[in-house]
Amino acid sequence: MGGMAAPQVAPVETPATDEVPAPDRQWVTIVWDDPVNLMTYVTWVFQKLFGYSRERAEQLMLDVHHKGRAVVSTGARERMEHDASQLHAYGLWATVDRS
Amino acid sequence: MFRRQAGRYVATFAVDEVRVLRKVASEVVGLLTDGFDHTDPVVGRLFPAVYPEDASGTAEFRRYTEGDLKTAKIDQAGAILAALPDEAGGEVRLDAEAAEAWLRALNDARLAMGVRLEIKDGTDLGEELDDAVTEDPGSSRVFQLSVYAYLGYLQESLLNALID
Repeated sequence: MGGMAAPQVAPVETPATDEVPAPDRQWVTIVWDDPVNLMTYVTWVFQKLFGYSRERAEQLMLDVHHKGRAVVSTGARERMEHDASQLHAYGLWATVDRS
Repeated sequence: MFRRQAGRYVATFAVDEVRVLRKVASEVVGLLTDGFDHTDPVVGRLFPAVYPEDASGTAEFRRYTEGDLKTAKIDQAGAILAALPDEAGGEVRLDAEAAEAWLRALNDARLAMGVRLEIKDGTDLGEELDDAVTEDPGSSRVFQLSVYAYLGYLQESLLNALID
């Protein structure tokens, strides 16, 4: 909102439309490549936390490794924050973003 | 190195290995207690910004999650300290829960060392170690690189024992 002139009168309070959650708005948890985590460990964490099959977990790990990042889960914002904090507990570099 | 034996994860450590493991686990605990500082790149790596472009969103997230995360990391480093033999070398036997705590704690220790040693994606550990030895075989970098490599082997052996 930068650049607007200061209002001369106090504006009527209106709800900030930005903050109204859209029920279907999707968020994503992203895992980023890092040079330390073992590939086998990252695969194991994906299986363990998300219940993914070995094949799916391995594919995600390879996406992280080769593309630098991969979306590992999708859903409501709170859910994604929960996933990210779990991933941090395992030492993976996870962030949350809008899909 | 770890192997699976009757539902337990078992390894025998020499006295030097016990000392190294005690030292790295204690250093992680120290980092998370007395020395906790978000501007330290190691802390930044162990507690990444969940919204890299949104400092207030990240601060809000940390307000709700950081205490638990810190406790979890201290507890998992504590699982290493608790299972190690007292003074001399000896056997470590872990149940599944302790084995997972060890895995996460070994990973935290490697992340911390990796930041300090400036490990990059293309880093060849063998080459790094050779270079460091050529420069000064008694240097702290030689020691740190060997410990980092050792922790990687140990973590991998434990992971393989868990997966098998």
